[in-house]
Amino acid sequence: MNIVCLIEQTGGLERGSAREALGLARRLADAAGGQVTGLVLGSLRDPATLGAWGADRVVELPALDGPGSSDAWSAGLADALDPLAPDLILLSASATGRELGPRLAARLGTGLVAECTELAWQDGQWLATRPIFAGKVLVTAPVNTKPALVSLRAKVFAVQEGGPAARVEQASLAGREMKAVVEEILAAAGGKLDLSEADIIVSGGRGVGGPEGFAPLEELAAKLGAAVGASRAAVDAGWRPHSQQVGQTGRVVNPTLYIACGISGAIQHLAGMKNSRYIVAINKDPEAPIFKLADYGIVGDLFEVVPALSRALS
Amino acid sequence: MRIVVCLKRVPDTESVIRLTPDGTTIERGDLNYIINPYDEYALEAALQLKEAEGGEVVLLCAGEAEADSTLRKGLAMGADEAVLLQVPQELRDPWSTARLLADWLRAHPADLILAGKQGVDYDHGAVPGMLAELLGLPSATAICALERVADGVRVEREVEAGRERIRLPLPCVLSADKGLNEPRYASLKGIMMAKKKPLEVLESQATAEAEAGRLALPPARPAGRVIGEGAQAAGELLRLLKEEARVL
Ligand SMILES: Cc1cc2nc3c(=O)[nH]c(=O)nc-3n(C[C@H](O)[C@H](O)[C@H](O)COP(=O)(O)OP(=O)(O)OC[C@H]3O[C@@H](n4cnc5c(N)ncnc54)[C@H](O)[C@@H]3O)c2cc1C
Ligand SMILES: Nc1ncnc2c1ncn2[C@@H]1O[C@H](COP(=O)(O)O)[C@@H](O)[C@H]1O
Repeated sequence: MNIVCLIEQTGGLERGSAREALGLARRLADAAGGQVTGLVLGSLRDPATLGAWGADRVVELPALDGPGSSDAWSAGLADALDPLAPDLILLSASATGRELGPRLAARLGTGLVAECTELAWQDGQWLATRPIFAGKVLVTAPVNTKPALVSLRAKVFAVQEGGPAARVEQASLAGREMKAVVEEILAAAGGKLDLSEADIIVSGGRGVGGPEGFAPLEELAAKLGAAVGASRAAVDAGWRPHSQQVGQTGRVVNPTLYIACGISGAIQHLAGMKNSRYIVAINKDPEAPIFKLADYGIVGDLFEVVPALSRALS
Repeated sequence: MRIVVCLKRVPDTESVIRLTPDGTTIERGDLNYIINPYDEYALEAALQLKEAEGGEVVLLCAGEAEADSTLRKGLAMGADEAVLLQVPQELRDPWSTARLLADWLRAHPADLILAGKQGVDYDHGAVPGMLAELLGLPSATAICALERVADGVRVEREVEAGRERIRLPLPCVLSADKGLNEPRYASLKGIMMAKKKPLEVLESQATAEAEAGRLALPPARPAGRVIGEGAQAAGELLRLLKEEARVL
């Protein structure tokens, strides 16, 4: 059983989502008997350390360091995967994974199980579970293609640490014309923590009242090391950028703690955050639907409660 | 410029989804159907390009016979013509869908293929990228800005580190995210005119290849709990987060 994880990196360091994929791959390889290869989109500063997260072997693709092009990359990855003879390929449902996964699926002539939240080896086949209808339903189906290609939702699968150093190899790729070319990456304002990678999110809705109303939320977020999110109402009003929208037409997040301030709890908002481990709601309307699923609700004015939380934390 | 917009018919996002007793599919009887919201951004972008430089906007849908009403809505927004690849049963598998759409697109090449970033029904986010690979075209997924430049387009998409700015030649495949534009509403005149616009129905026997699997409702969260009122509840909240939830 050959399991290959596509390893995304930034500046030579593997992303957290790649470690999550390796953790799952390790557990599956141990259960089904097999080995785990980390195929790096580029190169790493210290590739052998991927062993700690579950890889037996690391194959770097230095040709993919530098600006990307999804057309050239999907072709290059397909070439690099061929000699590895994978039974299962795991990638992250990240911005890169969403771009590359479907192209790679078509390139390899195999299907794609996107945004998987559970994957098991059972009775000689892969059984994958994924949410559909914005998480209102879960579907579990066998994946009978070879290779099976599965993208993993962020922050769902546990990382595991402590494995021995991995063997490291490098593979070269044939030069290819890049049709779609990334010209530039415009950094997020102030280098803010990305929502999908944050352990804690403080989110604001229409109840925040305006762009300046987010100041107390920012302050609380800074105290907690949290990212700031928003409801669609706050984004559509122009108070926050779309990259911070949580919900069905924004980001789907799985933080450990989600603090919803002045958010009513519309079904499309819940679609983006209801799998958070703990949900806190602060809302002045005791009837707000968000209280139906908040583990800890506080009925009150967010402009009193949120600063009180910040004060209590300092 | 000839622009093809891939349009999918999906249940309204407000819908309560119920499962059939055998757990293989959803009850569809009482659902209200809409154009997939992301596809509206794609269509709006197509209409703006057409308004700026002329050309035609063709809607392409693989779906059951009922999808013709979805296509009429797209025609009412301003598309010129529509094609329904009518399949006997909903295709739940993006790989089967992409191959069916690609077959038609190979015979009817476009300068630009626009789609939504994801169907809000089965949430694959896979068809546009698959289409691009099948057609040998460059692509960009989930774009939130689009600009026409010489020989091609420049787009932006949100990534973890910020925004990527990508330049693509034509023809290419783009999938739209929210934020790309504000889709227009169909005018009364548009709705009247849509009735006369060409809508071609081509029957196909394509079926989904991947196994549909079993559906289940997710485990319910424990019922919510209000722990207090106003600022004085802040201390209690922090205590619970530290001692009970152990997340701080
Ligand atoms: C196709 C589609 C997709 C959508 N996608 C999304 C999505 O991705 N994300 C999303 O969020 N929404 C989405 N929506 C919109 C969604 O239906 C709701 O309109 C939206 O979530 C409401 O945002 P809100 O809770 O901030 O505002 P409201 O519903 O107006 O709620 C504001 C809340 O703030 C409370 N409040 C007011 N002042 C205070 C105060 N001082 N202190 C404490 N509480 C206060 C009020 O009691 C109220 O509960 C979508 C809708 C559609 C149709
Ligand atoms: N049956 C279909 N007919 C036309 N376009 C589709 C179909 N399925 C998916 N698409 C397009 O592909 C996008 C992504 O869909 P999906 O991969 O199913 O999440 C949608 O937003 C549509 O633009």
